[in-house]
Amino acid sequence: MRDVAVIGVGVTKFGELWDKSLRGLIVEAGLEAMHDSGVTSKDVDALYGGNMSSGLFVSQEHTAALIGDFAGLASRHIPATRVEDACASGGVALRQGYISVASGIHDVVIVGGVEKMTDVSESLATDALASAGDREWESFLGVTFPGLYAMMARRHMHEYKTTKEQLGAVAVKNHRNGALNPKAQYQKEITLEQVLNAPMVAEPLGLYDCSPISDGAAALILCPLERARKFTDNPVKIIASAQASDTLSLHSRRDICTMDATVAAARNVYRQANKKPKDIDLVEVHDCFTITEIVAIEDLGFVKKGEGGKASEEGLTALNAEISVNPSGGLKSKGHPVGATGVAQAVEVITQLRGEAGKRQVKNARVGMTHNIGGSGATAVIHIFEAI
Amino acid sequence: MSAPRFWREINQRYNLVGTECGNCGKKYFPIRSVCPECHRESIGKMKKVKFSGNGKVFSYTVIHVGSSMFQMQTPYIMAIIELDEGPRITGQIIDCETKDVKIGMPVESVFRKIGEDGKSGTIYYGYKFRLMK
Amino acid sequence: MVGIVSYGGYVPRYRIETKEIARVWGKDESIGKGLGVFSKSVPGPDEDVATISVEAARNAMKKCSVNPGEIGAVYVGSESHPYAVKPTSTIVAEAIGAGPNLTAADYEFACKAGTAAIQTCMGLVSSGMIKYGLAIGSDTSQGAPGDALEYSASAGGAAFLIGKENVIAEINKTYSFTTDTPDFWRREGEKYPSHGGRFTGEPAYFKHTMNCAKGLFERTGTKPSDYKYAVFHQPNGKFPVNVGKMLGFTNEQIKTGLLTPRIGNTYSGSTPLGLAVILDVASPGDRIFAVSYGSGAGSDGFDITVTEKIMGIDRNPTVESFIADSKIIDYATYVRYRKKLWLGGE
Repeated sequence: MRDVAVIGVGVTKFGELWDKSLRGLIVEAGLEAMHDSGVTSKDVDALYGGNMSSGLFVSQEHTAALIGDFAGLASRHIPATRVEDACASGGVALRQGYISVASGIHDVVIVGGVEKMTDVSESLATDALASAGDREWESFLGVTFPGLYAMMARRHMHEYKTTKEQLGAVAVKNHRNGALNPKAQYQKEITLEQVLNAPMVAEPLGLYDCSPISDGAAALILCPLERARKFTDNPVKIIASAQASDTLSLHSRRDICTMDATVAAARNVYRQANKKPKDIDLVEVHDCFTITEIVAIEDLGFVKKGEGGKASEEGLTALNAEISVNPSGGLKSKGHPVGATGVAQAVEVITQLRGEAGKRQVKNARVGMTHNIGGSGATAVIHIFEAI
Repeated sequence: MSAPRFWREINQRYNLVGTECGNCGKKYFPIRSVCPECHRESIGKMKKVKFSGNGKVFSYTVIHVGSSMFQMQTPYIMAIIELDEGPRITGQIIDCETKDVKIGMPVESVFRKIGEDGKSGTIYYGYKFRLMK
Repeated sequence: MVGIVSYGGYVPRYRIETKEIARVWGKDESIGKGLGVFSKSVPGPDEDVATISVEAARNAMKKCSVNPGEIGAVYVGSESHPYAVKPTSTIVAEAIGAGPNLTAADYEFACKAGTAAIQTCMGLVSSGMIKYGLAIGSDTSQGAPGDALEYSASAGGAAFLIGKENVIAEINKTYSFTTDTPDFWRREGEKYPSHGGRFTGEPAYFKHTMNCAKGLFERTGTKPSDYKYAVFHQPNGKFPVNVGKMLGFTNEQIKTGLLTPRIGNTYSGSTPLGLAVILDVASPGDRIFAVSYGSGAGSDGFDITVTEKIMGIDRNPTVESFIADSKIIDYATYVRYRKKLWLGGE
């Protein structure tokens, strides 16, 4: 196994990007990453594209070859592979790219993630997202994606006395961070009152407890650490990569207040990196809903099980507090183009570790983590990065 | 959902038929051909079992933004039900006020229309739940 | 003797008051009083004749220990089958674990399709062709917005397991009176039925019900005073009371089976539900006189005697329990539940 570095990053603005297409978005992010890294198309050996549901969102499959084509790589005939694990598609694409470089099969790999979600009606987007759960035994029966997380939240409230105010604190904090991120979909702060008075989506989750429907793309360039300095002055090392799975349906889980896939992958990355939760300076966690961030910081070991709500309310997860959680604004405020999310999380962590995050810069950021979830927790993929 | 895709699950959807592991006795819904506890030991020993439909609310939500097939019913209650026989399943709770549901309440299964394939396609029927009277 | 082995009823939970319907159409509130209907049952947005039939059939199966595999026939009578082509009866059979060794079909004869199903099962059981037959009358009847029918057209159903062994009520005799009388109809593809207004009364409902009742008295050698209970098709709260009086029945005999004032006209479920609510309270030896009516037109009459076996079954859930568990809705909710409006894009 070779050490792997990230040598370039690119990310589009996230939001309702009416004038941009799926291919336009990913090519924009990819070219930005290539430019950032200094590699040229001649250097690229392979492409991994994370995308959840271009079939349902824009009736286009075979997305990786399309990306390669419009990135001008068709004549190079590199292998282009689409990776799909629902909302974890981006994180898993990164892991596939990482494995291919670490193994020695490829040298320079481009990892992309993209989702174009606003070309369908909201109700069709709701249906498409619900396909990340068990189509036959969950979504077919009427449960939406927010509905699954709402049941998680309700149970968390029941078992650990988590409150709606604590859920709301996550949204307020992430919007505060997002307001400092020029690529974020919502660059504005919100108040707890706004969160609590928002229209309900799936009780107890209101509109501000939910990440939005977004368009966007992100890209990374990976290469062996030993070659990184040939391309760039500020490579960031991937020091751990792990992925785990669980039952597809929420109802079949051992415990719906814990994502065992996160717990398993976390155990693995901490061991690989020889780090403990307290060694992590910042983490981009998967906050598709406010409850998801609370469960994530518990499962990742930043707080004890059941104390995620309290920790959020007390500000322990704010920018430059105990642990900076979602300095980018998270999925909640930055936006959640599902297939792009896992890659965009890595873009944020690398930007932070390079010290280039501007107003939202985490002080003395040396070690950062990304945590990307698919479905209601059937896939978890975690990476740890370190500045070198 | 095409007619055969629904049709092949009619027995499970109408009558809550799942499986029981012949090795450890654990019951599952929906049908599984391998027991996640016993793995190889269970192969060929998974047998069909019909659930009573009685259980308790394990968690629930009131859906205000429904998926396309359910927009006529919003707000509606979805729940994870822990069946008396053990497995948990997802289903709608009907015939009560949204504020009436609490975790732990006993429920029984009922037979209802789940949805339909547009105006001219087939109609999907199956289980839902109501609070025990 | 052939008879009822078990039975079960089902009435949806929602009710709309006739005064609310009158309010919407600018009519006087007394319209409900004139019809003798004060509220009517409304099916939930996820209920139709198949679900109502299944609930009724399951309630019937709960009361007895008959193995569903021994049911040789399932007939569902209704004028609002969810499919124009594709049987409701197969859905019911599958949902109670009956079949595949059975015959099944859907019936339509306006409001008497359910009693026609009972007669068919009686014939099959009596002849020895089948051991048990399941007959269901169930409807989610339609009334065009603003039409007189809208004040009464409601939803509900009852199921009867017909057999020879362990009968809780013997069916001593059945007799039908049938002519071709177009008093009420719905053409293929039409959403709402049409009717002949006052023509539905004298030459239709009263003529057929009276002639059927008289024919049954003649053939059984009975008279009204021989019966503890009488039940007639109840398109409104007035017709069955009037026809009962004309035949010589007292209010006391009629009131138990009279559900229309509270739940409206359940069409194919009407006489069957009236019979079911009587069986919920009847004692061994009680004799029941039942005459249905279906537009088009015809009546099926039954002379029934309750047996000792009725004491051996748990009659819950009773029809009354479904009637009591009700929620009043307004006209707008009713319109939404009955899909009288469509969402944009549908």
